[in-house]
Amino acid sequence: MSALTPGSALGGGLLIGLSAVLWMGFAGRIAGISGMAAGLWPPATTAERAWRCAFLAGLIAGTGIWVFVWGPAPAARPSFPTWLLVLSGLLVGFGTSMSHGCTSGHGVCGIARLSRRSFAATGTFLGVAMLTTYLVRHVLRWA
Amino acid sequence: MSCVGPSRTVAHPPAEAPAPAAIGTDAMPLRVVLAALLVGSLFGLGLAWAGMINPLKVLAFLDLAGAWDGSLVFVLGAAVLLSALGYRIVLRRARPLLEDRFQVPSGDRIDAPLLLGAALFGVGWGIAGYCPGPAISSLAYLNPEALWFVPSLLVGAGLRRVLARRAEPDVERTA
Repeated sequence: MSALTPGSALGGGLLIGLSAVLWMGFAGRIAGISGMAAGLWPPATTAERAWRCAFLAGLIAGTGIWVFVWGPAPAARPSFPTWLLVLSGLLVGFGTSMSHGCTSGHGVCGIARLSRRSFAATGTFLGVAMLTTYLVRHVLRWA
Repeated sequence: MSCVGPSRTVAHPPAEAPAPAAIGTDAMPLRVVLAALLVGSLFGLGLAWAGMINPLKVLAFLDLAGAWDGSLVFVLGAAVLLSALGYRIVLRRARPLLEDRFQVPSGDRIDAPLLLGAALFGVGWGIAGYCPGPAISSLAYLNPEALWFVPSLLVGAGLRRVLARRAEPDVERTA
């Protein structure tokens, strides 16, 4: 575990948790990023798109601020296959829409609410992700 | 509470298509947009600080056979603990600060779409090491991988929505 960064991991995790609490307190909603992105698609009213765009713009801005002030941005991976990026994006988009959540929606907010569905979803995507990474890296060696 | 399905909360009564609303009106309060901007920024800051914007760091957690990096355990652990405590306090209130009601998913049935969707998401996450939040936030530094991943994510989500609407056109649903 030589790459472990407990301090920044805890700090970042606390900020993420704080965001979830604040969003529930302000807007009464789960801070689920996949839902916000998917919710930009029709049919969506201008009002529904407005706060989603604002949240995602904030997401980008917050990371931008961190990179600008502290940084650096992570070093780019040496030529990760584009087709795998597209495939993984499609799967993440499709899958999070189908399951109504992702690591923030289910993994953080759902578990925080003690939601059975979120426990099941999180256990599933964590386990499948680990299996997939093993296959891709050590068996198929696609990346 | 009987539920038809997962996040199909009837958040707004069915109505004709509402007239487009300007920011600052009752239909789209400026305060909600501003709160979203602020809270989203904290979230993005947290993702970056935690190192979640680095797909290699995430994959080092998912790769049990490699040089394991357990940082994600601390990230999720801290986030979940703080959220759990905070939710207990916040959800006791009658209503949130800026909206007239809480809109929290109401279902508790573990069904096939939940598990299949989670599995598909897991495959995607395990391939590239991106989940939606960090991929989108990394657009801040024009991460070239995100320029492929994020549009693909949006297409995948849009496709699922179309298929779901075709399968059950009358259900009012959230994303």
